[in-house]
Amino acid sequence: MAGWTTHQGQAVLLPLANIDTDQLIPARFMSTPRSAGYGDYLLYDLRRDAGGALRPDFPLNGTPQASVLVTRRGFGSGSSREAAVYALIDAGIRAVIAPSFGDIFASNAVNNGLLPARVDAQTHATIEGALQAGAADISVSLQDKSLRMGDLVLPFQLDDAWALKLQNGWDDIDLTQHHKTDIDGFARQRHQTAPWAWPAAMD
Amino acid sequence: MTARTLLDKLWDAHEILRRADGMSLLWVDRHLVHEGSHHGFAKLAARGLPLAAPELTFAVVDHYAPTKNRDAIADPAIARMIDTLRQNAAQHGVRLYDLFDPHQGIVHVVGPEQGITLPGLLINCGDSHTSTHGAFGALAFGIGATEVAHVLATQTIWQRKPKAMRITVDGSLPLGVTAKDIALAWISKLGTDGAQGHAVEYTGSAIRALSMEGRMTLCNLSIEGGARFGMIAPDDVTADYVQGRPLAPKGTDWDAARADWATLHSDRDARFDRELTLDAADIAPTVTWGTSPEQALPITATIPNPDDLDPAKAKAAAEALDYMGLRPGTPIEGTAVDQVFIGSCTNGRIEDLRAAAAVLRGRRAKVPGLISPGSAQIKAQAEAEGLDRVFTDAGLDWAAAGCSMCVGMNGDLVAEGKRCASSTNRNFRGRQGRGARTHLMSPAMVAAAAVTGCLTDLRKLSGGMG
Repeated sequence: MAGWTTHQGQAVLLPLANIDTDQLIPARFMSTPRSAGYGDYLLYDLRRDAGGALRPDFPLNGTPQASVLVTRRGFGSGSSREAAVYALIDAGIRAVIAPSFGDIFASNAVNNGLLPARVDAQTHATIEGALQAGAADISVSLQDKSLRMGDLVLPFQLDDAWALKLQNGWDDIDLTQHHKTDIDGFARQRHQTAPWAWPAAMD
Repeated sequence: MTARTLLDKLWDAHEILRRADGMSLLWVDRHLVHEGSHHGFAKLAARGLPLAAPELTFAVVDHYAPTKNRDAIADPAIARMIDTLRQNAAQHGVRLYDLFDPHQGIVHVVGPEQGITLPGLLINCGDSHTSTHGAFGALAFGIGATEVAHVLATQTIWQRKPKAMRITVDGSLPLGVTAKDIALAWISKLGTDGAQGHAVEYTGSAIRALSMEGRMTLCNLSIEGGARFGMIAPDDVTADYVQGRPLAPKGTDWDAARADWATLHSDRDARFDRELTLDAADIAPTVTWGTSPEQALPITATIPNPDDLDPAKAKAAAEALDYMGLRPGTPIEGTAVDQVFIGSCTNGRIEDLRAAAAVLRGRRAKVPGLISPGSAQIKAQAEAEGLDRVFTDAGLDWAAAGCSMCVGMNGDLVAEGKRCASSTNRNFRGRQGRGARTHLMSPAMVAAAAVTGCLTDLRKLSGGMG
């Protein structure tokens, strides 16, 4: 995964609360291998009519070039399906700005280079206001955790460890392998002090 | 020594190291995988890494498990998902609870049933309802595919310690009120993001009085209030449930485990970051009216008018009512349903089936419905008790075990625009099928809706109070 420090793109407003992961990608598409691409499934049932055609009035449909999604509280609540993040990434989204995110979604996002940028209520209202007329240019900086839209410079919140991970494009498995001695030692000790924590032999 | 919460104790027991930035590397005692874990296995294969601890990894066919005609799976995509899990389990030497295994079932039902789940363990699974296992006093949380790959490769997980929250429910639950209603009550109070960033410990006399089944239902639904973790300190009820399970400790290991488990409770002076207290007597049978679990009301209430709600929630409420085809200001009771579903990791256990059967015994359902037990073992037990006959005599379908109509991946779907009274965990738009309208409630309340054909206060039906 490639790291990134700043992103310049277009922000689009999706003024809906609690966009859960079932909406981000309906379950019926989840047997698809990742290599096939998930972008077309993003928000499938919200974006498309019963026949599968894109609804012209849905915000994202008029702005396929948008790479930053501005939405409301509870984004990514629900299921742990990382496919929800794949759908966003494959559709070209690099950052989502919202007042709150589902915990598992946020962690999945960071593991795939997608920024879950949390903003307070006032900042959120300002950004929503700036996007009332339609999509607008935005610049996102992980270094100082800021968003720039025209003359506006606004802060967002992100765990420092996550900011670093996004910037470096770190993969946790590589990092963890450096701790192999600690892990092996821990497992040995746990096996001695709590042997019951291993599955019992079947009778 | 400073007083510690149950969360503190479980965290300390699994923390291999903590980085300067506060991220902990935790030891994973049990990793549960299912068909949906294919992304995780693919990442492992892409790196050419072996599975770190096959003996601590257990695989279950559940999300895509057909509930009928398992011999000939018609949909090739479903067959492929199940075959991929079989191949991954075989390649890595993982115990698989396959479709025809007498212990197959939903991963969060099978784990406890087989003694894979124990107090004091850290349990991960690529499924958000992994919080279920916290009912045993375990540190159990759902993870995404990248994290699944990480656990497969290292048997560890990185995690920042959540804040500690305590929900205390004291008093006696009124008749007809269940763990499901406790969960919907607190989630409707705090919202679906109400406990984000927190691990919830449930305590109080009403929680102590719950069976393990009830405790699992409550912890299962923690994630619907935003909490990745739910937990309840283990006690004799827990030990009685665990003892004698196939993979539970035996002999001296059992004695050592009991001694360790006795320490798994929040110390008297332990500090919590947040507290919520509910009086059990105030909780009524609860149903959802919208498209989020927070949009829930007592069955005696009227459907809210968005204009009367918190302005921040009004727009979402109006959209939800539109999607659900409901009119503000009318009583929620009496809303006609098209079908019912009983099952899922939330409410597909034997106690749930007994509660539903108590309502349905000797009655006919006015609408069609599907009942999918949480596991093959529960199915066998229900049949030994004659519950299957109660359901089929009522005109409902009795099917095999799996996630089924809770998530619809196996093809058990609610049709567009149809209204389903469901014992499941999510009333999200499209969760049970595109355009499906889901009302969440307890299994007995689902049974009551089946009998009358509409959302019904089960306290008005004889037998419903059992």
